[in-house]
Order: sequence, then structure tokens, then C-alpha cells
Amino acid sequence: MNNLQVFTRGLIKENPIFVLLLGMCPTLAVSSSAFNGLGMGLAATFVLICSNVVIALLKNLIPDKVRIPAFIVVIAAFVTIVDLSMQAFTPALSESLGVFIPLIVVNCIILARAEAFASKNGVLGSLLDGLGMGLGFAIALTILGGIREILGDGKFFGIPLFGENPTTVLLFILPPGAFIALGLVIAFVNKFVKKTA
Amino acid sequence: MSYFNIIIGSIFVNNIVLAMFLGICPFLGVSSKVSTSVGMGAAVVFVMTLATLVTYLIQTLVLLPLQIGFMQTVVFILVIASLVQMVEIILKKISQPLYQALGIFLPLITTNCAVLGVALLVIKKNMSLADAMVYAVANAIGFTLALVVFAGIREKLALVDIPKPMRGAPIALITAGLLSLAFMGFAGLVK
Repeated sequence: MNNLQVFTRGLIKENPIFVLLLGMCPTLAVSSSAFNGLGMGLAATFVLICSNVVIALLKNLIPDKVRIPAFIVVIAAFVTIVDLSMQAFTPALSESLGVFIPLIVVNCIILARAEAFASKNGVLGSLLDGLGMGLGFAIALTILGGIREILGDGKFFGIPLFGENPTTVLLFILPPGAFIALGLVIAFVNKFVKKTA
Repeated sequence: MSYFNIIIGSIFVNNIVLAMFLGICPFLGVSSKVSTSVGMGAAVVFVMTLATLVTYLIQTLVLLPLQIGFMQTVVFILVIASLVQMVEIILKKISQPLYQALGIFLPLITTNCAVLGVALLVIKKNMSLADAMVYAVANAIGFTLALVVFAGIREKLALVDIPKPMRGAPIALITAGLLSLAFMGFAGLVK
């Protein structure tokens, strides 16, 4: 597999959310607007790239038996960096994402890429894999956040689309809307992208 | 905040799965049968209570006095992971039947974000130790309730003819959405 394929795989064909169904908790929780979705996606992308690169560098030093705890410590260190940086530079976003920033540490996508890819491949490949998967996650979150924001609030990235006081389906920015919107998007992907039906 | 408010508030009004979106992976993964979801729920009650107690004490007795609050995420996840391992070993030694009932669920709990989530939330909300313990137990019960109800629905759903692209995750998510909608009816029950 060449580097380009490693990079593009995460974007559509193996998109972590719509196809692999990993990382559901942050997906549902922070996708109430496109902006929150994008913020969360970029935070996770940063952690994913850094942890993939560090794990690819350290893979020969870490004994096989303790590799999972070692990976978790590496991931947790980068999550702390992101958490504190966001508190300092983007306090409003940090406030609205809340506890889900430290919870990036238990996001299955990151540990899954560390275990399945970075611990077996070189630094450059791991970097591209982290970038591709991270952007795939960010794109999926932005799409889902956009759908929910347009339907539930009549806005996209905070810009009103339908004039003042549009009639909106408030349900979509509430918790049930998260489940329903994600379910419908995955069904759409199954039908038109994976073509299972 | 009275204990009654915490209990009703976290089981029904702000259900950890259906309103706060923590622990979605086991919620979707282990919920195809009622019996397994009861087992998973019991294991979560056990671990969540213990983990919240231990992380709370570590936060107040170690991290704050030493002023290394920034180590919170790293320390908490390691504590939870080793706690789960320890519980598994102890259960294996002292209570074989309990181990057989809960054993297979324990390793899954380390990656259950609900456990770390509750541990972080009680500190974020500045709760007292007693409040924190009540909050942890109530949330674990809320998780179990959501899991068992959802498993009951999915057992029936398995018998239904569903359009092909909707099978599996999509229909499960939409079912969860409807369940979440039903739980919204509890909103306003407590202040």
C-alpha cells in the first residue's frame, strides 16, 4: 500500500465514524453544531497524529506485554496538552466541549490506530495514517454537526440560512436528534457508499 | 443538592447514556440480550463506584496538595485501568460465581468512557465525597437501566424485517434516539 492510499483510506473508505463505527460517544455529544464538531475533530486529529508518530518511534522500545498501558500513557499526555491549550486559547470552545476533551483519551479510534497501524509501521506511514483518520473523523463530525445545526437551528457555522426566526426541528439539536441523525447518515452511507443493499 | 435530587436527576433526567452520551460503545455493543446487559450493568455499578471513590481521593489527597492537577487525565486513566485489573484478580480469588458472572465484562470497562467521565465530572462539579459517591452509584444505575431497556427493545427488533441499509447500527441508533426522546419526558422532574 503506498502512502497516498494510507492517507486517503481514512477519509471515505474506512471513515472512522460512518464506516468503522468507532468513537461514538464524542460523535453524538459534540455534534450539536458544525463548529463544535470541527473543533472536536481537529483536537482528536492532533492527538491522533502525535500519538501515532511517537508510538511508531517507540515501537521497538516498548515490551509487547505492556504495550497497551504504554500507548494509553502516550495518548493521555497529548490529550492533556490539547486540553490545557484549548482552555488557554479557545476558552469558549473548551467550555462547550467540556468533559469530552479529556475523554479523547478513551476514544477507541486513537487506541485502535496505535494498535493496528502505528505499532507495526514506520514514522511517515503512521503520520499519514493519523492525519487521514483524524481528518476523516473531523469531516464526519462537521457533516453531522452541520446537518443537526441546519435542521435544528436553521444555521450553518453560526450563519443564519433562512432569515430570522425560521421554523426549525428543535429535536435535532437535542440528545435524541443526535442518535436519529447519526442513524440516518450511516444508513445513507450503507446504501450509497458501501452499496450493501 | 439533596441526595434524592442527585439520584432522580442522574437516573432519569440526565441519563448518562441517553442524555450525556457517555458509554455509548458498550451500550451499542453489549445490548443484544437482556441477560448479558444485566451482567454488564452490574459490573459497571461495581467499577464506577470504586473508581470514583479512588480517583476522588487521589485528586484531593495527592494531586491538589502537590499542585500537579495537570496530571489528572494521565493518572485517572491509569488508576482506572489498574483498578479494573485488580478487581478482576481479586474476584477470581475470593468469589468464583461472581467472577463468572462479571468476569468477561471487566476488561471491556477500561475503555468505557462513562467510568472516566463520571470520575472527571464529580471533580468538575466540585462535589463533596458523599455527593460524589451518590452521583457515581446513581449514574451506574442509570446506565444499567438504559442498557436493559434497550436490550429488551433490541430482542424484539431482531425479529422484524428491516430494510437492508438500516440493519445493524442505523436502526440501533434510531431506537436509542426514540428511547432518549422518551426519557426527555422526565425533564423538569427535579430542579
